[in-house]
Amino acid sequence: MKALSQRRRHPLAALALLLMALLLTGGIYAAASTANEAQAQTTTFTADDVEEGSKLFSANCASCHGMGATGSDAAPSLIGVGAASVDFQVGTGRMPMQMDGPQAQAKPVQFTEEQISQMAAYVASLGAGPSIPSEEILDASEGDPAHGGELFRVNCAMCHNAAAAGGALTRGKYAPSLDGVSEKHIYEAMVTGPQNMPVFSDANVSPEDKQDIIAFLKTIEEQGSPGGADLGSLGPVSEGLFIWVAGLGVIIAFTVWLTSRSS
Amino acid sequence: MSSSTAAQPYAPKTRTGKVTDYVDSRVGGSGIVKEFGRKIFPDHWTFMFGEVALYTFVILLLTGTFLTFFYDPSMAETHYEGSYLPLRGVEMSVAYASSLDISFDVRGGLLMRQIHHWSALLFVASVAVHMLRVFFTGAFRRPREFNWVVGCTLLILSLAAGFTGYSLPDDLLSGNGLRIIDGVMKAIPVVGTYLSFFLFGGEFPGTMIIGRLYVLHILLIPAVILLLIGIHLFMVVLHKHSQFPGPGRTNTNVVGYPVGPVYAAKAGGFFFIVFGVLAAISAAFTINPIWNYGPYDPSPVSAGTQPDWYIGWVDGALRLMPGTLGDNFDFEFLLPFPWGVNTLSLNVLIPALVPAMIVFTAMFAWPWVEAWVTKDKREHHLLDRPRNAPTRTAIGVAGVTFYCVMWAAASSDLIATHFMVSLNDVTYWLRFLVIFGPILAFMASRRISLALQRKDREIALHGRETGRIVRLPHGEFIEVHEPVDDYKRYKLTAFESPEVTVPKPDENGKISLLDKAHGRVSRFFFEDRVAPVTPKELEASHGDHHGEVAGAKDRESIASH
Repeated sequence: MKALSQRRRHPLAALALLLMALLLTGGIYAAASTANEAQAQTTTFTADDVEEGSKLFSANCASCHGMGATGSDAAPSLIGVGAASVDFQVGTGRMPMQMDGPQAQAKPVQFTEEQISQMAAYVASLGAGPSIPSEEILDASEGDPAHGGELFRVNCAMCHNAAAAGGALTRGKYAPSLDGVSEKHIYEAMVTGPQNMPVFSDANVSPEDKQDIIAFLKTIEEQGSPGGADLGSLGPVSEGLFIWVAGLGVIIAFTVWLTSRSS
Repeated sequence: MSSSTAAQPYAPKTRTGKVTDYVDSRVGGSGIVKEFGRKIFPDHWTFMFGEVALYTFVILLLTGTFLTFFYDPSMAETHYEGSYLPLRGVEMSVAYASSLDISFDVRGGLLMRQIHHWSALLFVASVAVHMLRVFFTGAFRRPREFNWVVGCTLLILSLAAGFTGYSLPDDLLSGNGLRIIDGVMKAIPVVGTYLSFFLFGGEFPGTMIIGRLYVLHILLIPAVILLLIGIHLFMVVLHKHSQFPGPGRTNTNVVGYPVGPVYAAKAGGFFFIVFGVLAAISAAFTINPIWNYGPYDPSPVSAGTQPDWYIGWVDGALRLMPGTLGDNFDFEFLLPFPWGVNTLSLNVLIPALVPAMIVFTAMFAWPWVEAWVTKDKREHHLLDRPRNAPTRTAIGVAGVTFYCVMWAAASSDLIATHFMVSLNDVTYWLRFLVIFGPILAFMASRRISLALQRKDREIALHGRETGRIVRLPHGEFIEVHEPVDDYKRYKLTAFESPEVTVPKPDENGKISLLDKAHGRVSRFFFEDRVAPVTPKELEASHGDHHGEVAGAKDRESIASH
């Protein structure tokens, strides 16, 4: 302590202090950013997978994303998007993109499971990114649907609708309905932020919270609608349309019947 | 009954007779039944929407009473412990928890809630359709102007009843609706924040609002509605029911069936039909699934957040209003006051208040506006067919269009997703239509009305085209026209068609500005008109239903075909 206080006016003290501060902030940042990074690879890919994936990529994706996935004017670079991104985009049929438009739409899947995982292996080999989530974290029965519901309403419902029925975004873009979307794809969408969706990193929504959200979505999907046909879960608009067309229509049919002259 | 027995008190012989006589001699019911039971009502299906409104209101009272047994209008915080799993343990208000309990843990509660809510939607819809019927048939004319005003007030009250009820579950959807009300109130300069604080008992959302809305919803508003319904029906009895023109139907009679027994049975049965239809809908279709929305929390706003249909047009107006014009004009003005600067947010106040003011002012004032235009002070008990009042019909259709464009705007996001179009384009189109739609609708519907009148005139004079083509002996082909029967012809010819009144100078030879204005409005209303068929024209066309060229001999040969 005495040595330290004696040297506190040393010409190099400021420099030492600066170094120490830099080390500290840098260290914290490094720690924080690794915490933010996706979980360690849960699926391991072989060199063979990467090789096959590279071929598939060149044949099916490179015309827009460029050779080596470096991107072009038409499509972004895929270096660092991770295996999860490929698994989501190709696994839901959004890629290869059917047509240019406000956003890529889901359509029948174009590749086999194996081909998708090979392309995922190839893209993952280009740079570190979110990996395909493990089976355990996708187990909806382990999650807390009530907590997931709260998280869903705060983070997701403003675009996807409180009942996950989907909603409109600007200029033809939209948040799709989440009905029937697999656990894996829900998770991958949260970590990769496809189309207009923001990324919900593990620091923002922890893997356990993501599991809760999946549990919530699967619960409301499986329970159905407790009060009868849900009219699309679109809220008061479909209810109003229903009462004006069906409700009032039936009532008018009865009024015509009641005032018709019996012959 | 001879005069000697008239002095004798009536002595009933049967047991039932004794009981009814006992009651009647104390209540005087037979007098009421005699008077009211012989009241005649005309038959037409469009006359039954008011009845639908009345019955749905009764259903609302019945189911609403059930709901009050279990609903707790408290905003105290609690944790849900009921049987709906996805909300178990979530922090919420007691009001929301009790609404969930009604839905999941009270026997028959969900059905009652759904009947109550579907009835509310049908209640306002039937009130609206009833008013449209009254408007388009001219049933608001003297002597029914005040009853029209009572009806308009009932419409506003039914909107208030609906909105206060919609907010009671304290779920996310209704909380978002209240937030808009809060925002509109705060946009009122100077007093806005005070009004909001008075209503919510502090900063939004506070802990008072649900209890206050509950009192309004179950006590004040239904009581006033009930009172006005009483006045409304009393005036219907007083004025007698209006009727469509027809043979034997005049301005001084009512042709139809008596209340007892025909209408008592019909109307009583109709109540159960309405109740049955609503119960069937409620059993099969969910409405306001509050469990989807979660408890109210000011931070989240769900996509697809809309009010119930009857408030939708105001929401739509808010959605249509541009936040800024160009890059700089943002509709916000800073008002310097002695105590400081207050903001005037016209981009909130204009859409929230102006369309409603236009619609309601026009609605309340219309009977007097039209009376001023027509200068018609007579009583009207015969209704107009909408086509026979082309300008009124066109103005009504323009109003409906104005309303419907705003109504559609409330679902702009769903239009965008379901028709795969851009939300921005939907908004731009609806902005165009909210201004020009009513004008186009006015022109189109006036033309259609006049065209239909011309068609009626043709049919009255020349009969119906049968599609039967006949070749005459000299080779000409003609289509046989079949004359319409007298009942139908009466319907086609018996209406009044006012003409333009030209302003006349007074004794000083001057025309006042008001008279000039009246002349212009009168020309606007009645310049384009199709004159009703006169008896003379009818006589001239009589027996000549297939064209002017065929002679008597030809007619014989046509008849024999």
